[in-house]
Amino acid sequence: MNLFKLISDLEQADPEFLDRINPRRQAFKYLGHAGKKVTAAAVPAILASFFNRAYGQTVTDPVQKVLTLALQLEYLEFHFYNTALNTSGLIPSSETNGITTIRNDEAGHISALRGVLGTNAPSYLVSDFDYSGGGGSGVGPMASALVPNGAGNANGALFFAAGQAFSDVGQRAYKGGAPTLNTTGTKDILEAALNIHSVEARHNSHFRTVRRAIAANAIGTATAAAVSPYDNAPKSWINLIDNGGPTAPNNSKPASAVYGAGNPAGTYPADSNTSQAGIPLVSGTYSAEAVSEAFDEPLDPGTVQTIALNFTSAAGKLKGLFQQTF
Amino acid sequence: MSHNVSPGSQPHETGLDRPLYTPIKRRSFFMYAGATAGATALVLAGCKDDDNNDPSRIDVGSGDGGILNYAYALEQLEAAFYAQVRTSAYYTASGTPAAIKQVFDDLALHEAIHRDFLRGALTANSITPLQDLKPDFSSIDFASLNGILTAARTFEDTGVAAYNGAGRYLSNNAFLALAGKIVSVEARHAALIRDMITYNSFVSSDVVNTFSPTLPANATTAYTGAGTPSLTPGNGNPVAGAERSRKPQDVLNSVNNYLASGSKLSASSFS
Repeated sequence: MNLFKLISDLEQADPEFLDRINPRRQAFKYLGHAGKKVTAAAVPAILASFFNRAYGQTVTDPVQKVLTLALQLEYLEFHFYNTALNTSGLIPSSETNGITTIRNDEAGHISALRGVLGTNAPSYLVSDFDYSGGGGSGVGPMASALVPNGAGNANGALFFAAGQAFSDVGQRAYKGGAPTLNTTGTKDILEAALNIHSVEARHNSHFRTVRRAIAANAIGTATAAAVSPYDNAPKSWINLIDNGGPTAPNNSKPASAVYGAGNPAGTYPADSNTSQAGIPLVSGTYSAEAVSEAFDEPLDPGTVQTIALNFTSAAGKLKGLFQQTF
Repeated sequence: MSHNVSPGSQPHETGLDRPLYTPIKRRSFFMYAGATAGATALVLAGCKDDDNNDPSRIDVGSGDGGILNYAYALEQLEAAFYAQVRTSAYYTASGTPAAIKQVFDDLALHEAIHRDFLRGALTANSITPLQDLKPDFSSIDFASLNGILTAARTFEDTGVAAYNGAGRYLSNNAFLALAGKIVSVEARHAALIRDMITYNSFVSSDVVNTFSPTLPANATTAYTGAGTPSLTPGNGNPVAGAERSRKPQDVLNSVNNYLASGSKLSASSFS
């Protein structure tokens, strides 16, 4: 392979090629340094990285970053539900169909997002995640969520609690990313993301319905009563901040940031927000609880990544999972 | 019959029914009358036929204001529906479970809050809100839980598909963000209503493009999106595992079945 001839040919076909792989036109110098240290076998990999830098808009395209974060979140959810479905005795029989459907939806979202991202789409294994919530330690507060009848996990209670938290992070993240996708050239991508976003919200509603039923010892039914303050027996919508969300076996609130404010809080308020577009909505007719339930709030990508890194293993961190710069 | 949860939210009309304290001289009266006639002619000249060429339909308008008024119309309808549910034979029967009544109470509040918020947002942005719409719920069976849930499912699923399809027409990202805050709550409603009708139907194939993944044989092989059907997003193509958004006029063609004559809508700018 004549590398220098190939680059020369590319430059003739595309005069800006060298500018785009290296704005200071030091590509050959860079290559020269690299060439001293690599074997011939590594050359195709170097070429691939050059082409990605030149045509992938890897670091400059905000749309791509939003979609990549969305894809990473879909992998987080997909592997969690897929692992649960493959763990005998974890999911009660009345819930198997629902969780299978949710897993398949997430696989569809992965398929769709990869279709948009193309060759730049990363992929992740189940070993890239730490579902204990320990950020790679494997012994975080949610460690028994995938253990049948583990601590706090009778009837899969902790599994459904984690599913609620993951899908709420998902719906808040898509909501936060939507404005970035709203450009003239990406309206179809925006609409696709909106059509995924509402499915995440439907999943979340179902997780909450299941948790209400587990709390009432009525699993497999949809009309068990929600119980204030809604952390253990939630409504199908978010009441204020749901008292910090589900409680872990060690009595911590590992999902509290899921319902809290993002950054800046003015744009990404906590779910207890009662004012929209500068209009305060609490009145003699409408309580703060009702107003907070009527609106879900977006979350910024930085806060989403901070939350998700708690569920990322050392292997995932090495791959850059949930570590984009926004 | 229009039901509003919050009568206090209705526009104030004080001033219109007050007597005129200053008598108008006859010549002045004709001066005003002439000016009004001229203004009316100007207004009529400014009207143009919409694509439906149906003068009985109210058009939601164009641009971001048109989409906001479209959302306002849908929320008016949903709020009126749940208000009527709360006075229905089913809801008021002595044996109706408290947990089910609580669901309808919440839904009625959420939709009324959406309606009143959108009206406030329209006014705050100097966009004239659509008139108060008169619903026609004569096709709905309010006496049975199934009748109510079936209609609720239609309204909620339609609402989600409507917001998802409207987002692309918004140029102001503040409005897009607001639509996003509302649509996920509508999706929560839809999922619960569906689970109440048939358990585990919260994302059935009539609202979501179901997808069957072809999973890798082992945990060391990455899943990269294989499965059926193979769908390519873009150009309005369906998206795997995602809902099916609908265009405003398509939505209104369905919604008009629940609006009385004189309140039926069109969205001629968003085709």
